[in-house]
Amino acid sequence: MTGQRFTILSGNDLVTGDVTWWTGSGWSRHVNDAVAVGADAGAIATREQDALRVVGAYEVNATRDSAGIRPVHIKERMRALGPTVRLDLSLRPDDPAAIGWIA
Amino acid sequence: MYLYDTYDQAMVDARVAEFSDQVARRLAGTLSEEQFRPLRLKNGLYLQLHAYMLRVAIPYGTLNARQMEMLGQIADRYDRGYGHFTTRQNIQYNWIRLDDAPAILADLASVGMHAIQTSGNCIRNTTADHFAGAAADEVADPRPYAELLRQWSTFHPEFDYLPRKFKVAIIGSETDRAAMKLHDIGIQVVKNAAGETGLRVHVGGGMGRTPMIGPVIRDWLPPLQMISYLEAALRVYNRYGRRDNKYKARIKILVHELGAAAYAREVEAEFAHILTLGLEPPQAEFDRIKAQFADPAFDAAAPHDIDLSDPDFALWVDQNVHPHKAPGYGIVTISLKPVGGIPGDASADQIRLMARLARAYSFDELRVTHAQNIVLPHVRRADLYTIWQALDGAALASANLDLISDIIACPGLDYCSLANARSIPLAQKISQRFGDIQRQRDLGELKLKISGCINACGHHHAGHIGVLGVDRKGLENYQLLFGGSEGADTSLGAIIGPGFSEDGVVDAIEAATNVYLAHRSGDERFLDTYRRIGSAPFKQAIYG
Repeated sequence: MTGQRFTILSGNDLVTGDVTWWTGSGWSRHVNDAVAVGADAGAIATREQDALRVVGAYEVNATRDSAGIRPVHIKERMRALGPTVRLDLSLRPDDPAAIGWIA
Repeated sequence: MYLYDTYDQAMVDARVAEFSDQVARRLAGTLSEEQFRPLRLKNGLYLQLHAYMLRVAIPYGTLNARQMEMLGQIADRYDRGYGHFTTRQNIQYNWIRLDDAPAILADLASVGMHAIQTSGNCIRNTTADHFAGAAADEVADPRPYAELLRQWSTFHPEFDYLPRKFKVAIIGSETDRAAMKLHDIGIQVVKNAAGETGLRVHVGGGMGRTPMIGPVIRDWLPPLQMISYLEAALRVYNRYGRRDNKYKARIKILVHELGAAAYAREVEAEFAHILTLGLEPPQAEFDRIKAQFADPAFDAAAPHDIDLSDPDFALWVDQNVHPHKAPGYGIVTISLKPVGGIPGDASADQIRLMARLARAYSFDELRVTHAQNIVLPHVRRADLYTIWQALDGAALASANLDLISDIIACPGLDYCSLANARSIPLAQKISQRFGDIQRQRDLGELKLKISGCINACGHHHAGHIGVLGVDRKGLENYQLLFGGSEGADTSLGAIIGPGFSEDGVVDAIEAATNVYLAHRSGDERFLDTYRRIGSAPFKQAIYG
């Protein structure tokens, strides 16, 4: 799947608001846990939103490289990481290279 | 300070109870997100890029120490230890849990605050001159009028579903410290030759994708007719404003398309009708409100002269302390723009410190500025050194007010789901490039403003140097604007040429400052030199 685009599913946790990614069986805060959803995206989103596990679920284009899953759009990479100006609040607080992953 | 009466408190408490029930129903699944979204937005709760974000209204940017302490407590208890002061004189929390939101609103209500009308197509929190009631150059205190506006606009049923959001700003000096002409309605309190007080009303200003300077629609309005006149101005907008296209729905488009004179005629006709209804507040009620903003008990013997032998302190006094109307007093602006810092962010500890200083040294008052700084409005000059030492110990003593590192920056793509590019890292790089304070002072007043998208929350149109972040084929790109101003000489910046990368725009700004230094005449600011010599020398230096 390297270099090829595929679709993953993202949303926010209803209660905490955290950015979450569909793993095939649940939701994870880590984009690398995401799985390709293909044509099932809409059905999964509806089911999970109805179950109050996620809010605002939508499809995100991504590719895979040596570092793992990489959302195509910078906005989605930002969601996957957290604020670059407060890495201490991001999901990679001890990794200065994380900022380079965004650009 | 404004004071909640029993009506205010009852309304806000009732809203907290209502929203608590709505959150409970959302969490139980009896309200869908589609049903819940407008309800949470009515209470300032957005779903942003990383989490829920709560925007808290600070009426005309005015706070007392107890309220400021509550903002710090909320940052600690419910967020991640900090808050972000905004260009709307409000504060935002970036990491709110939905199930905490009712408790936060209850805490805010306990100190006379809320988050109502900080979203949606309604009249938003009125903004005002952050030096109101203190400035040496003030004609009249705008706060009693701002308070009338607060009471009138809160829960106004007719204007709860306007074509678009609606922002009002009010000032009482010739010096415009509130970007008044760049609001949907801008009001200036003025006096005529006979010494009578009146209001000059601008309508149809704004930034965003179609920036416009609001024309004068009414040059003189008896102050107690303010509510009736605004009622008419809003009613005409509600009737004719476009609802078919959100990008053409702001009142500035209506005023522009009708023409200011035609719009004014419509308003006058409606105003004549509304005057028959007797909506004006009685003089006694206005006097009651005005009394809430009476001068504190200034010490008439407060000395002006103070020991300035500490050079760092002297620098800060020179840059960050403004003349006060009362002898022996000064207006302190606490910069939230340390070199390399995040413009407008303050930690809970810093917020609490500023509250303590306000209680001890500023008659229990603070202001939030639209430039994302904090003001202690009434400080004895004799107390300045003690205050400066306390601020210095908390990284709050940057002596950079109105200098190139005093940057306005919206949250940008680091936090905002609408943004196309990051604003904060760019602000950090610029402030680091120009980090030397003497270099900044040599450049003099230079207002630099950055927005991460066309919505212009960072006021880039009004910057002497403005930066607009755009998405260029998936990459962050920055357009550079020169010549904007938000003051009495309000002007809109013009794009200088093709955009830049983040590092490229920092280099371009440095090149522009070099052009300014080479062409500066006398005491000219960057803006003055740019207006005099035009864009060509700047383009030449930047693009070759």
